[in-house]
Amino acid sequence: MNNNSTKQKNGILLEMQNIHIDGYSDDQWHRIVKGVDITLRRGEVLGLIGESGAGKSTLGLAAMGFVRAGCKLVKGSIRFDGTDLNTISEREKRALCGSRITYVAQSAAASFNPSHRLIEQTVETTVRQGLRSENVAKTDALRLFQDLQLPEPGIIGQRYPHQVSGGQLQRVMTAMAMSPKPDLIIFDEPTTALDVTTQVDVLASIRQIVDQYHTAAIYITHDLAVVAQMADFIKVLRYGETVEDAETRKMLKTPEKDYTKSLWAVRSIEKEEKQSDDIILKIDGVDAAYKGKTKVLKNVSIVVPRGCTVAIVGESGSGKSTAARVITGLLEPMKGQVLFNGEPLPLILKGRSKEQLRRIQMIYQSADTAMNPRHPVRDILGRPLEFYLGLSGAKRDRRLLELLELIELDESFVDRLPSELSGGQKQRICIARALAANPELIICDEVTSALDQIVQKGILQLLLRLQADLGISYLFITHDIATVRAIADQVVVMFQGCVVEQGMKSEILNPPYPSYTQLLLSSVPEMDPDWLSDLLEERSAL
Amino acid sequence: MMSTDNRSTAAEVSQIKARRSLMENMLRGLRQAPPTALFGMAVIFLYLMIAIFAPLIAPYGESEVFPDAYAPWGEKFLLGTDQLGRDIHTRLIYGARNTIGIAIATTVLSFLIGGSLGLLAAINHSGWLDQLLSRIVDAIMAIPSLVFALMLLAVFGTNAFNLIIIIAVIDATRVFRLTRAVALNIVVMDYVEVAKLRGEKMGWIMRKEILPNITPPLVAEFGLRFCFVFLTIAGLSFLGVGIQPPTADWGSMVRENAGLIQFAEYDITAALTPLLPACAIALLAVAVNFVVDWFLHKTSGLRDEQ
Repeated sequence: MNNNSTKQKNGILLEMQNIHIDGYSDDQWHRIVKGVDITLRRGEVLGLIGESGAGKSTLGLAAMGFVRAGCKLVKGSIRFDGTDLNTISEREKRALCGSRITYVAQSAAASFNPSHRLIEQTVETTVRQGLRSENVAKTDALRLFQDLQLPEPGIIGQRYPHQVSGGQLQRVMTAMAMSPKPDLIIFDEPTTALDVTTQVDVLASIRQIVDQYHTAAIYITHDLAVVAQMADFIKVLRYGETVEDAETRKMLKTPEKDYTKSLWAVRSIEKEEKQSDDIILKIDGVDAAYKGKTKVLKNVSIVVPRGCTVAIVGESGSGKSTAARVITGLLEPMKGQVLFNGEPLPLILKGRSKEQLRRIQMIYQSADTAMNPRHPVRDILGRPLEFYLGLSGAKRDRRLLELLELIELDESFVDRLPSELSGGQKQRICIARALAANPELIICDEVTSALDQIVQKGILQLLLRLQADLGISYLFITHDIATVRAIADQVVVMFQGCVVEQGMKSEILNPPYPSYTQLLLSSVPEMDPDWLSDLLEERSAL
Repeated sequence: MMSTDNRSTAAEVSQIKARRSLMENMLRGLRQAPPTALFGMAVIFLYLMIAIFAPLIAPYGESEVFPDAYAPWGEKFLLGTDQLGRDIHTRLIYGARNTIGIAIATTVLSFLIGGSLGLLAAINHSGWLDQLLSRIVDAIMAIPSLVFALMLLAVFGTNAFNLIIIIAVIDATRVFRLTRAVALNIVVMDYVEVAKLRGEKMGWIMRKEILPNITPPLVAEFGLRFCFVFLTIAGLSFLGVGIQPPTADWGSMVRENAGLIQFAEYDITAALTPLLPACAIALLAVAVNFVVDWFLHKTSGLRDEQ
């Protein structure tokens, strides 16, 4: 993408002018996109970046002349290759989408039909639109699979969606989008749901194929480091408006607006390492499996010192969350023990006393599903106060307000339902719920990975402050190395159910690494547009 | 991504908005209800009034017998009399009371049984209790419900109490299936795990965490179940094993006067007489369904019509 000069620049492919889109919620229309312009030439890649709610996805869909249910295009013109998408009929639009403009969604797993083979789904639009015969389309698809570096490209098409991994599925979806040989592809956060190690492969293959077929693309993401690898131009959006517009290298080197600079936010927190000999939690030689099948944890031992943060890192499937389930008692280990303050904890949840339960609290990745949508904040925070501490009435309410203050929210939140909170606020309430029990250890399971950079920063700073004030220990599960740098004292690296390394942050995150740690660390995208090219070169040299 | 985008924007915009009280919400909902739903509610209200104030409205006693059997429509007997000389108008009014009363009692009972067992099975998902309950339900559902009800009524004897219990148990199987299915989606949510980790008891988790989240489909199902129960009772009465004479009831009224239809060519009103209770049943079924449809649409969160 970055060798712009070699690319042949043709005419303008997509021109969106002064786009205004309204969304309907709470019985009112709200402006989601407020007058954004996009101009895209053939073969160019535009990166759209911003927090959730910035209108990225809405804008991406609008480029296809489509608004999702509950939204409407109020104003603005969308011209695709000379055709005004506002004026053509629904039928003409349908002929255009799926043949000349295609779309890659964030969650490939949710977008495939589970009961059809991959190859059939890949060529479906091409064949239905009458662009090519089925045989030709399938032959093309095989070549695309090969270009996307899918394993066994000849056979993989015969599989069903559940038989391949998430990263592979995302690549098949890209093949599906490429199959009609479109002029424009819209990628809506195609790698957000993937591990860093998988993300690298998918990014590399998307980039290569977009280059090779000279397709224009709009790449939507909230990760600046990812977009830096992919796009020729970057457009930063906030609250439905353009904040900044620039060529990728220029944007990274000299961002003009403060908001753009703040997108780097998390990467700026650093934590002093702290050491302690007072061990609060120790799990020792734990083997665990779900329903007696293959072992998910193999002889895992982890130590958490009091008042410190231990980060467990690893890709998905490495057993990080399973370790958390063993500690909380949700999963009974086959062997090994869990020691809390030097005393063994009963291995199953039912065997633990209220007091033992109170001391270990957990915060979940998705605050959306961790709070009952029918309970207002008052009940969400009030219940642990009643349950563990026996507080009620005025005492309970006073403590409730103290908790809200701790998480930097005010009393106006007491009667809100979770649906009336933003993503960051929800996670804060979850933190407050954990704090309500006065715990000694909080297990944080990917608590920031569903949040935007800026919100992430706020949450991490809050956690650090709470640790400094209240002396709580954290067991922090994450796959994001930037987060580890920001918050951890010690790091545990897990791979396929085994602990690869445990040690101080400075030891683990600096060379020499064991090979897996090396792979994990080097896969984290950096804010350098040449990072991906360099990395691929380096890896292929090995 | 798409939906979260939407939601968080909405949440941010509506941050200042205070929450509406329950009463306000209900009034607002009522004002936005489509005409079909309003019609449905009006009909249900009317039926309820008739059922409650039956003795005040009815011109004669429920089983008062007059000498002139099969009297035609007229001033003395608005809708004529039946084969024994009982006023049809009066019996229609009392029929509302009996049929609706028994239908409500049956539906409530079937929801109590099916709902609580369904919740238990969902929490105990694929454990022995779930297996046991689900297999029993499968077995009951394998037998056509009307035949099963007929058989049980023959065994235990036909009276209102047995009728309620038997139909409730048979219908509870459907409620069980629905409750279990919707509750299963909730049981796997993190907030249920949070409650378990906190050490909450099973009852609390069922009542506070799961029940509020499955109420909308259950309420909708309640409306539909009510219609089915109603039809089942009418059907059983028509077959002669439902509500027993002299208690007035719409199903048996259709059966008793069904013969009058053949006199249509001489007196059209005579032929209409057996159809009146049938219409009363049909109208209520339609009304309940209108309301249920509206409620379902409201709670399903579909917004494509805006």
